[in-house]
Amino acid sequence: MPRELINANPVVHGKKERRVRNDSPNIDEDIKDPEHPYSLEELNVVSEDSIEVNDKLNHVRVTFTPTVEHCSMATIIGLCIRVKLMRSLPSRYKIDIRLAPGSHATEAAVNKQLNDKERVAAALENPNLAEVVAECLAPTFA
Amino acid sequence: MVNGDSWVSHIEAFVDISRPAEQQKAGVNTVAGLVKNDFITLEALVKEMELYLTTTDDTIRARGILFLAEVLICLLSKALDSFTISSLAGFFSSRLADWRSLRGALIGCLALLKRKSNVGMLADNDARTLAQSMLDNVQVQLLAMHDRKLCFEVFQCLLDAHSDSIASLGDDFVYGLIQAVDQEKDPRCLVLTFHLVQSLVKLFLSQLGSEHIAQDLFEVLSCYFPVYFTHKIADDFEVKREDLSDALMDAFCSTSYFEPFAIPLLLDKLSSSLPLAKIDSLKYLNKCLLNFGTERMLQHAQKIWFALKDVILNPLPQAEILSSSVSVLGGDIKYHEHKIATEALICLKTTILQFTCPNNVDFLTLIIDDDVVERSFCSVTMEGSYSDNYDKNYLKLSALGSILSVVANSSIFCCNRVFQDFFQRLMVALGIDLRTSKHSADAYVEIVSQKFNYGALYLSVELLTSSRDLIATVLESSNSKDSLRGSWWHLIQEFSGPLTSAFKSALMIPNKITAEGGNSNYKQEIIICSVKGLEMLATYAGEHTPVPRKSFEDILEVFILIIISRYEESFLWKLSLKSLVHIGSCISRFKDSHMQMIYNEIVVRRLVMLLHKDSVLSLALILEAISEIGTCSLDLISPVIQGLEEAMLSSFLQACVDESSKSSQDLVLLLDCYCTKILPWCHTSGSIEQPGMHFVINILEKMEDNIAFKMKPEMQDLLDKMMMTMKLVVRGCAENNQYIILEKAYNIMLASTNLPSNALLVSSSLREQFIPDFCELSCKSKMLLYFLASIVTALQQQTPLTNVTRLLNLLLVFTLKGHLPAAQALASVVNKLSDTVILEETIEMILDSFSSVLSNNHQNAPDMFNRNDGASMHFCSNLQINAVVGIAWFGKALLMRGHGRVKDISMAILKCLLSNQNIVPSSSHHQSGNCIGEDMHYLVSRSAADAFHLLLGDSDVCLNKNFHAIIRPLYKQRFFSSMLPVLHSAIKECNSPRTKALLYRAFGHTISGMPLTVLVADAKKVLPLLLDSLSVLDSDILNKDLIYSLLLVLSGFLVDEKGKEDIIGYVHIVINHLIKLLSYPHMMLVRETAIECLTAITGFPYTRIYPLRTQVLEALAGAFDDKKRIVRQEAVKCCHAWASMASQSLRF
Repeated sequence: MPRELINANPVVHGKKERRVRNDSPNIDEDIKDPEHPYSLEELNVVSEDSIEVNDKLNHVRVTFTPTVEHCSMATIIGLCIRVKLMRSLPSRYKIDIRLAPGSHATEAAVNKQLNDKERVAAALENPNLAEVVAECLAPTFA
Repeated sequence: MVNGDSWVSHIEAFVDISRPAEQQKAGVNTVAGLVKNDFITLEALVKEMELYLTTTDDTIRARGILFLAEVLICLLSKALDSFTISSLAGFFSSRLADWRSLRGALIGCLALLKRKSNVGMLADNDARTLAQSMLDNVQVQLLAMHDRKLCFEVFQCLLDAHSDSIASLGDDFVYGLIQAVDQEKDPRCLVLTFHLVQSLVKLFLSQLGSEHIAQDLFEVLSCYFPVYFTHKIADDFEVKREDLSDALMDAFCSTSYFEPFAIPLLLDKLSSSLPLAKIDSLKYLNKCLLNFGTERMLQHAQKIWFALKDVILNPLPQAEILSSSVSVLGGDIKYHEHKIATEALICLKTTILQFTCPNNVDFLTLIIDDDVVERSFCSVTMEGSYSDNYDKNYLKLSALGSILSVVANSSIFCCNRVFQDFFQRLMVALGIDLRTSKHSADAYVEIVSQKFNYGALYLSVELLTSSRDLIATVLESSNSKDSLRGSWWHLIQEFSGPLTSAFKSALMIPNKITAEGGNSNYKQEIIICSVKGLEMLATYAGEHTPVPRKSFEDILEVFILIIISRYEESFLWKLSLKSLVHIGSCISRFKDSHMQMIYNEIVVRRLVMLLHKDSVLSLALILEAISEIGTCSLDLISPVIQGLEEAMLSSFLQACVDESSKSSQDLVLLLDCYCTKILPWCHTSGSIEQPGMHFVINILEKMEDNIAFKMKPEMQDLLDKMMMTMKLVVRGCAENNQYIILEKAYNIMLASTNLPSNALLVSSSLREQFIPDFCELSCKSKMLLYFLASIVTALQQQTPLTNVTRLLNLLLVFTLKGHLPAAQALASVVNKLSDTVILEETIEMILDSFSSVLSNNHQNAPDMFNRNDGASMHFCSNLQINAVVGIAWFGKALLMRGHGRVKDISMAILKCLLSNQNIVPSSSHHQSGNCIGEDMHYLVSRSAADAFHLLLGDSDVCLNKNFHAIIRPLYKQRFFSSMLPVLHSAIKECNSPRTKALLYRAFGHTISGMPLTVLVADAKKVLPLLLDSLSVLDSDILNKDLIYSLLLVLSGFLVDEKGKEDIIGYVHIVINHLIKLLSYPHMMLVRETAIECLTAITGFPYTRIYPLRTQVLEALAGAFDDKKRIVRQEAVKCCHAWASMASQSLRF
């Protein structure tokens, strides 16, 4: 089904050379963008600096920036990040995912949706959405 | 003759297109086989097939003809008479007109054309008829790909084998062929058509000049240039871009008649912005230059030079390449740029070689007097310092440098011209003035550093390099030595002194730049350039060097000073060392004894001297330098070896007599270098006689003379290194020298150890000998013993042993005293003994003494042991442990040579292992002695379990190929299959948990190094034991390595196809064990491997593993919190594998 891309010509950034670390499990380095064949890091949607981990208080906060303001993929990106984190972190962590302030048209709504566990669970029951998420996460398990 | 019906059915099957292809193929083969073996004649076959070949039903006729053709293809090697061939040729030629059965006709023609003359080939007039029929009837470009390919093959065969008859067809054939290949697009066919054109050109050479044929032919070819092949996966077509491009290149260059068309096209494409087009044009141009001949090409000389100049001096701007090729070529830009440059320079060199001779200097003048070259020369040498915009200028500089060096490198004549025109100007730019410099070399060093000119420095190094390479190549190719010297030679001779000083002072400049905070790339370039310049000056071919002796000495002096004093600048240091190595190997290549002497004097001797006195340079660096330089040629190694050996000897004495700890550290470094670099080099080069033999003998003699030897516990490392060195030296010696060394060591050992004479006779009451010397050996004796053991270990099989019995007794006694090297030496001797009688006696004797020690339990010990005190217990158990270790090594020796007595040995070990199972650990015995006794006994049993590790493990200190051991293939497997039932039943019968754990330990050692196929074959027995051992052994931290190797065995089972089938029945137990190991605290590798095994299990049938899914996922959640990152990552992957097995949902 060919449809119009929301951001037809994204700016591609380099991947950061990663140092070997022992602190917190790092997480979403290779999640694929739902619409482009680049990883979220290459598109500057998520960067290492935008992730806060507090190991003592068992809290992780990820702040991501969609490529364009009206990006409808924002919820899917958020969902991918959440699923990846749920599968990668011990259950003791509380995960907070939000959009960077001012980066999206319906920021508050998306934030609410992403952190509502009922809605996340419901979304994952949807086979179409689950398939998209699985596809996006596939490179991270390679 | 066979019955007709039986093979006619094959024809029917073939004609019926609904039958399966395999059956049809088999039919063809059967019939061909019948014809080949003369069961039916070809004539009979054709007659039988008449109806099929002539019917009006198109499909049947086509199939019938194809059948006949396929049969003929199978008969290429069968002799046929000329009449048959001729009539078949007539038939197939006429069938070419029948487009419906064309495929069969083409294959038939091909089958006839491919016949060799010894089995009857196609007659010339038949070939001509065939060719004519092809031209008249076949419209090649209207056919499908496969048929086109067949057509081209037919044409190729005609051109190859029947050129005379084709030639008589004349222009008709040429034009017919041009028409056939025109507009071809399939790469598989194109390769053929390019070859066709090439063969055609060869055949019709005379006609090409006169008419427009050459032009027409070239037009067909030219539209393919440059080959642009976007198909990525080469396997689809079995044709790569390179093949196609090379084939086209051959066609392009096939005749000089193409010259008027080809050269303008190539020059035009050279200015293309597509990198591939550039590379191809340069390659083609180069080949054309070689093939078309100088006379024809001379008219293009100027244009070619301009085009090449353009390519070399103006490399494509980065941005342009990016935009034009990013989609196709991606990351290859750097590679292409490099490739273009190299191809262009190759082409330039060919051009110069083609166009320049002493009579015709036009082309050379064209290059040297070129405005652009001149201007860029001026601009790069005007520039004082490059530190500001180094990168941009560097491109310009290297382009110019490569042009000049290619010109100078072409011939002596060109070299003279370039040196005359440029070299002196470069010297001026460098600030070298002959008048001043001749008197005071130091005076102008300051000048150089003040107005330092990097461009000039770079260019002069390039010129030196090219002239040096030129001499080397000229010397290799011819013997005329008179013409070598020209003006370039004299120029270098004149300037070499000042140049050396200039390079030397340039080496100081980077430090100044650092102070000013300059570009670090630039700094490195200056260093590279200056070092290279010095190296070039010193590496001219032997006697033809223009560099006077004084300068050569200066250069070496500069380098050695850097090595000695500028070790903190590691980049410079490494480069200088490399240059010294180059110079050394260059001297030995040209066999110049004079330079060799200077080199030895200045470089090698100075370095060797550094070994002896304390210097600021650290020993590790000295050793690096000395070993690199020593191993660059044969002439240099002997002083180096000598120096090293002296240094080792003196530090050995210092370390052991004066107890200097610095010396012992130094000695470890020295030995390391000696063992890992010098000795292996000597062995591979093979030209040094018995390396190290004198060193070993010297050490032994020194030990004989000196009485006081001391060894601190921390010197164990040193002792190991010394032993290893001894082994390596001895293993490389010839038999007679080994014998000499052995005798020496043995005699010294006997003389200096005051062993009681009867000590070496193993009597039945062996134990009594140990009573007098309960204490340790003296240091010196211990060392001597260890050295002797090392020497024995490394002997060859043929080396004669005197006093075998005494030697063996000696080793045996010390084995029982717990000296491991003695045990290893004993094993080595037994492994290599060649005389069977002595061997049997020896085995009997050794086995007896070991088992008498082992079978001793405390009840029948001599009186003095019967006192139940701790000390004697301790002594007795230690003795037994030593015996176990000894017997294990001894067993390994026998096992490796495949001796039958291994069985007895393994039984003895097993018995020892089981001996404590009847002793019930009881708390009722409060006597302290008994408790100790139990513990000691347990230790003995445990060492028996570990003996299996010794038996089957590979050792790098003895009993291996390096030390000449006899190794029968598959010895491990044989041992395994004989031990498995024994261990199996022993484990079953055992009821003491402690002993059982030990048995599992033994079992673990037995299987851990075994090849998987052997284990899988015995899976029924191995698997339950393996799983049990995992659960029993995981409680003890001492077993962690064993647990790891067992896990590796298990993972082998999990990935092996056959192993999977066996393990499937146990999968739930396996998973339970693995889950337990997820939290194994002692070893990260165990946790990681356990998780990997769990991941591998997901490949098992769904129904077996699904019930365990929840359990696994819960256990993995714990692993997310692991301390190690690798384990966490594996856990995430594994979790994903298990989670996605059932549903996408996160709710597990």
